[in-house]
Amino acid sequence: MKAKAIVVTSGKGGVGKTTTTANLGAALAKLGEKVAVIDVDVGLRNLDVVMGLEGRVVFDLIDVLEGRAKVRQALVRDKRVENLFLLPASQTKDKEALDPARFRELVHRLLTEEGFDRVLIDSPAGIEKGFQTAATPAEGALVVVNPEVSSVRDADRIIGLLEAREIRENFLIINRLRPKMVARGDMLSVEDVVEILGLKPIGIIPEDEQVLISTNQGEPLVLKGTSPAAIAYMDTARRLRGEEVPFRNLEDSQGFLSVIRRLFGGR
Amino acid sequence: MWWRKRSKEKAKERLKLVLAYDRAKLSPGLVESLKRDLLEVLRRYFPAQEEVNVALEERGEKMVLIADIPLR
Repeated sequence: MKAKAIVVTSGKGGVGKTTTTANLGAALAKLGEKVAVIDVDVGLRNLDVVMGLEGRVVFDLIDVLEGRAKVRQALVRDKRVENLFLLPASQTKDKEALDPARFRELVHRLLTEEGFDRVLIDSPAGIEKGFQTAATPAEGALVVVNPEVSSVRDADRIIGLLEAREIRENFLIINRLRPKMVARGDMLSVEDVVEILGLKPIGIIPEDEQVLISTNQGEPLVLKGTSPAAIAYMDTARRLRGEEVPFRNLEDSQGFLSVIRRLFGGR
Repeated sequence: MWWRKRSKEKAKERLKLVLAYDRAKLSPGLVESLKRDLLEVLRRYFPAQEEVNVALEERGEKMVLIADIPLR
């Protein structure tokens, strides 16, 4: 993606925005980029705990926007990987303090004066002001969607709103895909979701228990694991950087049916 | 399970319909009342008219409202 300021959004809550932001941020840093991940969910701060950095938060986004702290004081450096920084949301301050114009300025400053290569903005759920503010500095968007009717419907709405804001470099991250359910026709496939939403996927993340386990431990999956979701997030980060990375066949060597299918020359 | 319809096909059909209405900013109720009004007008010309079908269709970028009027 050419976009350096990217909003991670979905409309619907609970589809994996924060997990995606944390893992893509860590993956991009691992690949050599200087990355800031910003939590914009004022009052419902979560990116810090998902990344395991909650104990090191001193200042937050609103402190910076209101001039109580310098941006460098508020950025929490992740010690496990070079060049990964978190700017946490405020848990207690008034949401109204999050001024879109100032937020845009701050992101711009991170990408210029502070030398960041990429800023990932974790948007709050919904389509109201929180989302709108999160999208204000964005040049591109990652729309996280689960292969499920309510998530797809909300993603469609969000895509419309992104286009209305003239944010055009947008991709889907299809999260929590269950290949076995897709294979037996009980879950929308990647192709179905892409056809319905008319947006290209940049990441396909399988359902993976390791996601919850790594969240419990406060360590982004891509920093430790080689589980299916960790690999999928690393692949996604590479694509985001412009590498040609083919999508893996998530069904590979999974169960009897796929073996039969391969025997008969199918996929 | 070949004897039942795959649930994802049902999901896809329902999604396509609901998104067609969402994208056109129409409520399904609005189309129902449009159908009633259309039928009323049609009956002035064709008193035996019993039905009219109204559906949304996507044509490229545009949403098109299609009225299908079977005459007897």
